[in-house]
This record gives sequence, C-alpha cells and structure tokens, in this order.
Amino acid sequence: MRKAIITDTTLRDGSHSVSHQFTLEEMKAIALALEEAGVDIIELGHGDGLTGSSINYGFGLHDDFAYIEAVASVLTKSKLAVLLIPGIGTIEHLKKAKALGAQVVRVATHVTEADVSEQHIKAAKSMGMFTVGFLMMAHMASKEVILEEAIKMTSYGADVVYMTDSSGAMLPDEVYENIVYLKEHLDIPIGHHSHNNLGLAVANSLSAYKAGADYLDGSLIGLGAGAGNCPTEILVGVLEKSEIDNNVDLYKVIDAGDKVLAPIILNKGKELPRFNSDSLMIGYAGVYSSFMLHAKKASERFGVDTRDILVELGKKKAVGGQEDWIIEVAHNLSKEK
Amino acid sequence: MKKLKAAIIGPGNIGTDLLKKIERSPYLEVDYVVGIQDSEGIQIAKEHGIETTTNGIQDLMKREDIQIAFDSTGAKPHLTHAPLLIERGIFTLDLTPAAVGPYVVPSVNLNDDLLKEMNLNMVTCGGQATVPIVAAINEAADVEYAEVISSISSKSAGPGTRKNIDEFTETTKHALEKVGGADQAKVMIVLNPAEPPIYMRNTIYAKVKQPDLAKIKKSVDEMLERIKKYVPGYTYLLSPIMKDDIVTVMIQVEGLGDFLPKYAGNLDIINCAAVEVAEAYAKKVLGGDLK
Repeated sequence: MRKAIITDTTLRDGSHSVSHQFTLEEMKAIALALEEAGVDIIELGHGDGLTGSSINYGFGLHDDFAYIEAVASVLTKSKLAVLLIPGIGTIEHLKKAKALGAQVVRVATHVTEADVSEQHIKAAKSMGMFTVGFLMMAHMASKEVILEEAIKMTSYGADVVYMTDSSGAMLPDEVYENIVYLKEHLDIPIGHHSHNNLGLAVANSLSAYKAGADYLDGSLIGLGAGAGNCPTEILVGVLEKSEIDNNVDLYKVIDAGDKVLAPIILNKGKELPRFNSDSLMIGYAGVYSSFMLHAKKASERFGVDTRDILVELGKKKAVGGQEDWIIEVAHNLSKEK
Repeated sequence: MKKLKAAIIGPGNIGTDLLKKIERSPYLEVDYVVGIQDSEGIQIAKEHGIETTTNGIQDLMKREDIQIAFDSTGAKPHLTHAPLLIERGIFTLDLTPAAVGPYVVPSVNLNDDLLKEMNLNMVTCGGQATVPIVAAINEAADVEYAEVISSISSKSAGPGTRKNIDEFTETTKHALEKVGGADQAKVMIVLNPAEPPIYMRNTIYAKVKQPDLAKIKKSVDEMLERIKKYVPGYTYLLSPIMKDDIVTVMIQVEGLGDFLPKYAGNLDIINCAAVEVAEAYAKKVLGGDLK
C-alpha cells in the first residue's frame, strides 16, 4: 500500500501557540524527538514563514536563521523544512536558509494567487531543494480553481502540491472530493494540511489519504494556530489502525508529545491546544487560523468581543497575512460601542 | 500657455492611465506614445490624436522636441532605455523597478536639486503610499524601525508585479530607509482576491524614539493634506494610534478611475506622483529656471 509521508509542523505552525517564543534548545530537543520517532520532514521557524518575525505577526525569540542553524546541527535523518510566503520572505532569505541547512521549502500562497510563487519555486528548484507548493485557505476556492492554481505550481517545478485548509473549515467529504479531482489531473504527489477548528483534522487527513494524497501534516499534541493542527500522534495511530504504511513509530511519537513537548509548553505558561469558542468561530466563519491569538489581543486592547472581530474579518474576506486588518476591525468595533 | 512635450514609453495599463492624467495637465502634453506592438493603449493614443510608434525606443530617438519621458515598460527594457534618454537630454520618470536614478516621492524629497537629475525612479506603488507617512513620523519622533503591509486587490496586480514580488518588497524597504528616514524597515505585500475588489490599503507601523503622539499626529495630518493635493483618494482608515513606542497608521488609496478602476489605488498613486514630479520639472523649464 502507498506510504503516507509525514511532515510535522510543531516547530513552525506550532510556533503560533507559543507566540514564536521557542528557545533554540527547546527546538533542538523537539526536533530530535521527532526524528527519533521517524518523522519524514520537520518544518520549523516563525509561524508566518521565513522572516515572519515582525510587529504585524509578532517577533520571534530568535530569527529563523538561528533556529535553522541550531536544528540542522542535530538532525541526521529527518529532512528540515522551512515555509516561505512570497510577499513576506524573499529568495535571498531562502538562499540563506538553504546555506544553513534547510533541505525542503514549502512555498505558500493564497489559493487563488499561485503565480506569485513562480520566482520562488523556480529559485528553490535551481538550488536543489525539495519544493512543495502550498495553497492556503483552500476552502475559499472550488476544486476547479484549486486545480488551476496547482497546475501553475507544477509548471514552475513544484515536487508536491498541498491543499491547505488554513482555516480548518473543510469537511471530510469536501476534502475527499477535491483531492480525487486533483489526483485525476495532476502528475505530482498531493498533500493535505489541516486545522482542528471543527474537530475534523484527523478525519480530513484520513480522507485526504484515501482520496490519493501521499503527504500529510501533523504537529505534536496538535500544537498550531487556531485549535491547532492534526495531532501527529493520533494521525499515526489512525494510519496504523487503517493499515496505512508510514515511517513513524507510534509509541515514540506519543512520547515526543507527552514527554518532550508538553512540559515545554506548560513551563512557558502556555495552554495545550484545545478548541474554544474562538477557534470554533474561525472554522465556522472560515478565517485564517493564525488570526486567533491576534484577535484575542486586539479584543483586550480595544475592549471588544473576539468573536465579533473574527466574524467581521470573515465578512471582509481577509486572507492569510492580513493580521493588520484585525486592529482596524477591533478599533472600529470599539467606536461603534 | 506653452506645454512641455512628453512621451509615454510602454502604453499598457499604467501608460494609458498616465495619458489620461496628463491630458488634464496645464504644463504637459503627450506628444508621442511608444510601444513595441499594436495594443489597446496604442489605439487609445491614436483616438486621442497622438502620434504613436510600435518600433520602440529607436523612433523616439529620432524626435528632437520631446523633453519628458515616462517609462512604464519593465525593469529590463528600462535599463536599455535609460542611457539613450539621458544622452538625448530627455528628463525621464522611471515607473519600473529598474531604479537607475534616485528615488523620488514628491511629498517628501522633491526639490530643485533632485530635478537636476535626468532620471528619477518612482519607487513602487507601496512606496508612494507609505514613505510619506514614515517620513512624517520620522520628522516628529525619529523612526527606529518601520514596517509596512500593503494589501492590494488581486485584480490590480498584473503579471509584472506577480513575477517580481521580491523586487516590490525590497525596493519599498530601501525607499522607507533612504527617503522615509527609518533606520531599518520591513515590507510585506498581500494580494486579496475578494470581490468586489478591495481598495489599496496600507498599514504602517513605526517604532519611534520620541513617542509624543500629539506631535506625531500633527506631522502625519499635515503630510496627508500634502499628498491629497495630488492623490485626492488618499485617506486614513486609522489615524495615528500608539501603544508603547509603536505607532500604527492605516491608509486607503482610492484611485481617480481614469483608465484603471478606482480600486486600483496602488496603480493610481504612482501615476499621480509621476505627473506631480513631471509638472514640477515643466514649471521650472517653462519658467526659465532650467536649461
């Protein structure tokens, strides 16, 4: 049976949950535990990708390059990946990341804007990197549009293309139907990245595999934006039970979450991922998962309900990266009161 | 009144919109439109009774009476055009990312000295929209770090922008530092596909050394009025607010809707700025201050 290739994004999407404040030692320890468990690809860095460290998205404790260098120094088997969002990070940043040890890049755009990734995908390929096209906020587009954009990324040279449910707003049948359609028309492998805002991350990942996806994303304990990602431990358990071949050892990955990650999160005084009213609204309204903590901060600053902010952002059709809109929305809501 | 003769090189969306804007100018007239192939822009120029060519820059070199050129082709062609235009003594506004000459942002650094240069670069749409705000904050409060997020509608981002998104962010960053006066800067751009298309909007964050909000507000208010004179659709979405030492300002840019739709304020503002600079040059030439 086809093998599922697992990318763990505890150290990248999970960075959102700790406001990008992992220490270098913490990153190294988590990465080593993931490698020991057999995870194929480990993604790390600021939650918003290379050089996402900013006023808008929050400053990281270290810059991405320090994280890459630290983690690259300890990994021997798992591939080290970075996220690059054109418009935020540049090819120059990618070159630096590669020089420090990044082997895989996921080039991410909004689902309808794949052509902004042309320069970056081509540059990544010419540097010899394994290159993944990452189509975010996929719930906002039809399967025909997703295919059109995926074909563009394929034509630039992407090795894999992902249908990314950044809002955790997709349903299992929808995931299945879209990926079957992509699989029919694409020659390269397909991946799926999920968020657990509607409690469907594991179900959607399984659906994705059954529809033909080879690449699945998870994070330990589901650490990630919104209600978090697909928990890698549960994903691996479900794959085993479904007799789907993969490289991850179930007990070791459970231990990585329980014994390595959980104490780090609790030590930081941060919460382990779980759904709450805000993450539910994100999945329900189809808003970018990373908006959650920023909306919560803005609700405190301007004295308005986080849910109102999120619903308003949904109405305005804000896309990934538009965290700055949160301030305006919250400020206006506070004036209306 | 006598007008200075101008040429538009590259009659695409930007070039055609420029043509419509220059028609209103008391100091400039478009006398030649230079393309490399027949196009809608060439046809519109003809309908306006303007001489055109589809042979490119060589034909422009045969003209003796053109004094100003607007180059809205692309970075590569402009690198070829720039030395030829300089040799001809044609004052050129470069609307490409080539940046052969110094940056000009009219409300900030347009002065007689700069007008002695024969080639000026219009930075980027994001630069025209945000450098003035950073400059105004810098004047009042000394900006240590400026961060800009420009959101534009997907429909207003042509293939040129999409293929060169790194150039957009890097050029704008340099202009925020060199012209805006920030010690350091970071720029981000987001394309939003919502329908109806969103107006261009810019968020400017500035970490300042002298956080006096009243003084900052006054400085930014004054700058806004200065820009409104040449970009009427330039308005606050959020006038300056401050938390700790970080100032936040949000600006929306509604275009004039000449050739490009009103939501494409990003394309409008760079054209408005180019015409503003060209008129300043024309006034000097016509007034006998130059040449």
